[in-house]
Amino acid sequence: MIPVLLLDEDGMVKTVRYTDPTYVGDPVNVINLFNRFEVDEIALLNIRATVDGTAMPFALMEELASECWVPLSYGGGISNLEQVRQILGLGIEKVVLGTAAADQPELIRTVAETFGSQAVVVSVDAMQTRAGGYDVVVESATRYLGVDPVVYALRMAAMGAGEILLNAVHRDGTMAGYDLALIDVVSHAVDIPVIACGGAGDRRDLATPLLAGASAVGAGSLFVFQGRARSVLVNFPERGALEAMLEPALRHRAEAQAQVNTARSDSTTRPTPLSPRPG
Amino acid sequence: MKVVIVGYGIGNLGAIPNMLQRLGVDAHISRDPATIRAADRLILPGVGAFDAAIRALHQYDLVPVLNERVQAGLPVLGLCLGMEIMASDSEEGTLPGLGWIPGRVVRLILPPGDALRIPHMGWNYITPLTDLPLLHELGERPRFYFAHSYHFAAASPDDVAATTTYGIPFASVIHHDNVTGIQFHPEKSHRFGLKLFENFLAP
Repeated sequence: MIPVLLLDEDGMVKTVRYTDPTYVGDPVNVINLFNRFEVDEIALLNIRATVDGTAMPFALMEELASECWVPLSYGGGISNLEQVRQILGLGIEKVVLGTAAADQPELIRTVAETFGSQAVVVSVDAMQTRAGGYDVVVESATRYLGVDPVVYALRMAAMGAGEILLNAVHRDGTMAGYDLALIDVVSHAVDIPVIACGGAGDRRDLATPLLAGASAVGAGSLFVFQGRARSVLVNFPERGALEAMLEPALRHRAEAQAQVNTARSDSTTRPTPLSPRPG
Repeated sequence: MKVVIVGYGIGNLGAIPNMLQRLGVDAHISRDPATIRAADRLILPGVGAFDAAIRALHQYDLVPVLNERVQAGLPVLGLCLGMEIMASDSEEGTLPGLGWIPGRVVRLILPPGDALRIPHMGWNYITPLTDLPLLHELGERPRFYFAHSYHFAAASPDDVAATTTYGIPFASVIHHDNVTGIQFHPEKSHRFGLKLFENFLAP
């Protein structure tokens, strides 16, 4: 369960379909609230750096890494290895590549070879088309690549991505539920963990991407707004409640994994790569 | 209580004093031998490569004061690479380690055909083997955030206080007299890390 927090200059915001940012709070305060909620990881995405070409706020990022009591990922505006080195040196654990992954996929391999594939997350932003299919978009959903998200995700995995952050842009901020069909096809196509994002509107939605094949679940609006009026209230389920909520999905997945293991004659019992990420 | 985080290298150590502050302790990051000598508790962090860390400790002339405090019985806690440099030596480098806990740092090698990846990066469970006060009251299934490619192979099994399994079981906490090393990052492990630091600061 990963809160996906959006940084817009020096404030935290939440968007709808990647537009209309609503101010959520001071980033340091928001991170401090999530520390207390015992989330296991936080993703921080800078929504302005790539589009406007503004400099990354390194001082703020360093402050947030110091404030944060869990591993932190950062994305937005990264276009070369030197920036990745600088970001990881700030105490941030992973980088998220979006537009750079599309325009220079070899950067994924370079980062993976230098810092390990676990340090590189590739963002796959999928937009539903009028015809009912999907297209991958970059630059805050302003540029269409004309490629299917499954094909794209496979390419990113082949380049050495450690994880895929799969965003259903058409659901972003709508709180209308996850796009489970999209999550299903992408998660089952790649052999790296998929973090599903976009559309969570109710805590009951949180288990659904896991059943569809995702390894982890990201949410934005759900954790920063309350009620239909979208009044800002940073919130997170209490751990016991969260575990109870996710238990059926996790059990289902464990059973599916056990079947796969049984089918493999040479396999021995071992934790799957997912087990270090409870919740 | 004077807590000093030995600041000898690169990287952002800010999360450590930040968490200690929550426990009501003002910890200082310092590489000044006099400040280190006056500390009641020492935390030895570390990121990067084994030889680079050892070289930096020598460069700032910190090895004598650290050895002196360890011999005086001061509680010292090494985190991640700060744990690994407590060993006699490492496969990762050619320089000798601090030698506080006999053992060698070796590459994490996974069983053939294993789908796991190196580095081991993510949350994982620890299984305490001894009744170490540092690991008290961590709850039923204590879990911590790991990010490493090497692990501490202790010469004596008695020095292994907890293990973790990632492909293979390895020592995630080692302890010898007043010196403790932990392979994971308590400063990135929210309530589990907070409790571990609280235990370390207990009188």
